[in-house]
Amino acid sequence: MGYSFSRILAAMLIALLASTSWAEESLQDMTAPPQESEQADAAGIAPPTIQTILDRLTSRSFDEKEAAIRQLAGQDSPRVIPLLNALMERELIHNRKDDTITLGSKSDGQWQLLDPVTLEPLGQVESRAARPVVINNRLRTVINNQLALFALNSERTEERARAAEQLIGNNDPEMLAALKALRETEDSPRVLEQIDTALNIAALNSDDLTHRLNAIQALSGNLHPETKNTLNQRLHATDSDTEKQALEKAIARIEARIETFQTADTLFFGLSMGSVLLLAAIGLAITFGVMGVINMAHGELIMLGAYTTFVVQQALPNSHEWSLLIAIPAAFLVSAIIGILIERFVIRFLYGRPLETLLATFGVSLILQQAVRVIFSPLNRTVVTPDWMSGALQINPVFSLTYNRLYIIFFALAVFLALLTLLKKTRLGLQVRAVSQNRTTARALGIRSERVNALTFGLGSGIAGVAGVALAQLTNVGPNLGQSYIIDSFMVVVFGGVGNLWGTLTAAFGLGIANKLLEPMAGAVLAKIIVLIFIILFIQRKPRGLFPQRGRAAEE
Amino acid sequence: MRDSTFKGALSDRTARTFMGVLFGATLLVTLLNQVFPPDSALHVSAYTVTLLGKYLCYALLALALDLVWGYCGILSLGHGAFFALGGYAMGMYLMRQIGDRGVYGNPELPDFMVFLNWSELPWYWHGFDQFWFAALMILLVPGLLAFVFGWLAFRSRVTGVYLSIITQALTYALMLAFFRNELGFGGNNGLTDFKDLLGFSLQSDATRVGLLMATAVALAGAFVLCRWITGSKLGRVVLAVRDAESRARFVGYRTEHYKLWVFTLSAILAGIAGALYVPQVGIINPGEFSPLNSIELVVWVAVGGRATLYGAVIGAILVNYGKTVFTGVMPEAWLFALGGLFVAVTVFLPQGLVGLVSQHWPTVRDKLQQKKADRDDTTTAEGDAP
Repeated sequence: MGYSFSRILAAMLIALLASTSWAEESLQDMTAPPQESEQADAAGIAPPTIQTILDRLTSRSFDEKEAAIRQLAGQDSPRVIPLLNALMERELIHNRKDDTITLGSKSDGQWQLLDPVTLEPLGQVESRAARPVVINNRLRTVINNQLALFALNSERTEERARAAEQLIGNNDPEMLAALKALRETEDSPRVLEQIDTALNIAALNSDDLTHRLNAIQALSGNLHPETKNTLNQRLHATDSDTEKQALEKAIARIEARIETFQTADTLFFGLSMGSVLLLAAIGLAITFGVMGVINMAHGELIMLGAYTTFVVQQALPNSHEWSLLIAIPAAFLVSAIIGILIERFVIRFLYGRPLETLLATFGVSLILQQAVRVIFSPLNRTVVTPDWMSGALQINPVFSLTYNRLYIIFFALAVFLALLTLLKKTRLGLQVRAVSQNRTTARALGIRSERVNALTFGLGSGIAGVAGVALAQLTNVGPNLGQSYIIDSFMVVVFGGVGNLWGTLTAAFGLGIANKLLEPMAGAVLAKIIVLIFIILFIQRKPRGLFPQRGRAAEE
Repeated sequence: MRDSTFKGALSDRTARTFMGVLFGATLLVTLLNQVFPPDSALHVSAYTVTLLGKYLCYALLALALDLVWGYCGILSLGHGAFFALGGYAMGMYLMRQIGDRGVYGNPELPDFMVFLNWSELPWYWHGFDQFWFAALMILLVPGLLAFVFGWLAFRSRVTGVYLSIITQALTYALMLAFFRNELGFGGNNGLTDFKDLLGFSLQSDATRVGLLMATAVALAGAFVLCRWITGSKLGRVVLAVRDAESRARFVGYRTEHYKLWVFTLSAILAGIAGALYVPQVGIINPGEFSPLNSIELVVWVAVGGRATLYGAVIGAILVNYGKTVFTGVMPEAWLFALGGLFVAVTVFLPQGLVGLVSQHWPTVRDKLQQKKADRDDTTTAEGDAP
């Protein structure tokens, strides 16, 4: 009679547990490798054995179970952590036939039993003959705390920091004592910071006002989300004026810091957008700025670079990690060759008539777009981002830098510097500058201006292709990819001052940052409109851009 | 020698030929549509009438661009913006004419505003229920924008490529703005579902024919006006500005005033073209502001031939006819054809089709006359050129 009553009670409890949701911190990766179980066997000889402790879990009293859990946690065995995890996951089974505790998993309506220490198979029992050890919320907390204690004493800094961070907001005196103990021996500043945050937040609930004030002082400017929450709760709970003032000050400081980092975040996005603009515009700065050709097909050359990335990835399906390294030179070549063809067959006839080059290259852009539509279909293609480019560099809880944007900033600067060196330090660069300044004199001095023109145009186009590789990492690759960048690119070149690479750099980053600073206030589209209007008005004031070309070339 | 008075412009041979062809074609289409019953082989469908009306709107737009580009050397890559603004002004009038016949039946607010839960008409929509006000705005809005923009740009001597690029930025910025729902012009969908214009249903054939005729009259009027301007003393100064701006300035002309004048007039003509276009196609949306449209427009003029006026008209009609045919028969090929046309015309035909014809016409004509003279040697060959 009593037995069946307790069964009903247990069933109700299980139902209750199953329907309640709680935060479960996953600590599974701390599972010790099973091959060490032989040592465990040797260690388990000393009384009381792990098996005897586990068998205490057959009790129906939660107090008894808690005592067993604590005793288990006190054992020096690599099996302790896996067993605690198994208890959390309801994988510790109470075998009612011989009243023992084993590991078990259910399959085909039967329990497959394993020895909890040696992991040897113990055969099967039918599903009604055994059931998982029942635990409640209190026991879960105890287990979690014990697991956290193990993690706090882990060899790996990473794990200690994570355990300490998970304990932020925890008020269990046992845990706090453990944190305090760790604080004495810990030498990693990262872990120490988390421990201090956890201890200070706990100290906010202290009865001693000076303790609380010290904690508030220490937490001032702390960026962990829990800090601000707890401080705010405290602000509503307190009736001491000094504490209230201290709290308000601390919260204000936190908010100020969050704002600072949000600005930093905006600036980072601005730099990232600027680097995209720079990549898109820099090729144009060569063809338009140096040669005076308005290449409306520039965007399509970027698009060809992006498609080259796609094709390279399709050709090397198993090497996404490094196929970008092939895609960069491949995209440069593809776009450069197309660029040289455009120069030889169209632009060659139109030198000195910039507006006509605009029309002709626009025609070329339509042809290239349509060609891509016919070859690759009008649908967008996606390019796989390699693992080393995904994820983010977490600086603090409110500020992180995504790797792909970070790499693109560096990439854009590298391309810029490479181009600058090429133009300033090489023979080709000298010839390019000579032809762009005065074609007739350059020819008279023996420079083959036709060849230089073709190579310069190829260079600008090739850089557009390289930009396409980078853009493929950020957006979808489609036939209209280029069109969306062409107007922005022209704005950047014109704003920076035609024929001035440093101007292009300044303009790209300036416009990128301005755009991102305006976005939170005005929204993305309005920000763009404002920037466009600004450029239109700016050109009226300084028709030659930020850094106008001086001397004879400016007379054109 | 051309007579530089307005009467002269009206009666010179080119203008007469132009108007003869234009009105002849319009009347013929009207007649074929109205007189012959729909099952007759000679009947012209309402679709064709509207299509012709659309081409004539494009022709008027091309004419406006030719005035600034061909004669004044200002390559505007934003003329589509003036066209679209004129179109939106007309669209707003047509929207207000719908009244309570919209989906939501609100007598005051257009459907899209009801959909956005707006409670009252924005201030800039007031007055558009009156045709005279809308007509005024069709002239004023593009004109004023062109005036302000041109005043800023020409005064600070923004020329050539820079001017082209900022006009492109202008139309791009307007496109982005008009895509926003908050601006109050229907956002992405634009203005559509028009019912009637001045009380005439837009669905009826008679209204369509009427719109075609109105477009033809507007085109003819604009042609004569442009002819007159380009033939007048002002036109000569404008040509001087195109060919040697610094020299014209040094001689003492305020070149920026002339440019501003021509630019503004051209924008107004483009606005009129847009206003006539909207009731015929039945919709206006922000896509009309797309920079692509404005560049395509430049190609019409380039194909026809710059600085002739009628060349722009011929170019617009031919390219758009080609577009209609191509997109129907083989849609994939149209962009290849258009792109090829851009390249071919700029590289091989700097004077456009008209230039090609006028270049070869004298030799062809001479040969013809030679034959005639051979046949009939009693009369001496005499050129009929004025």
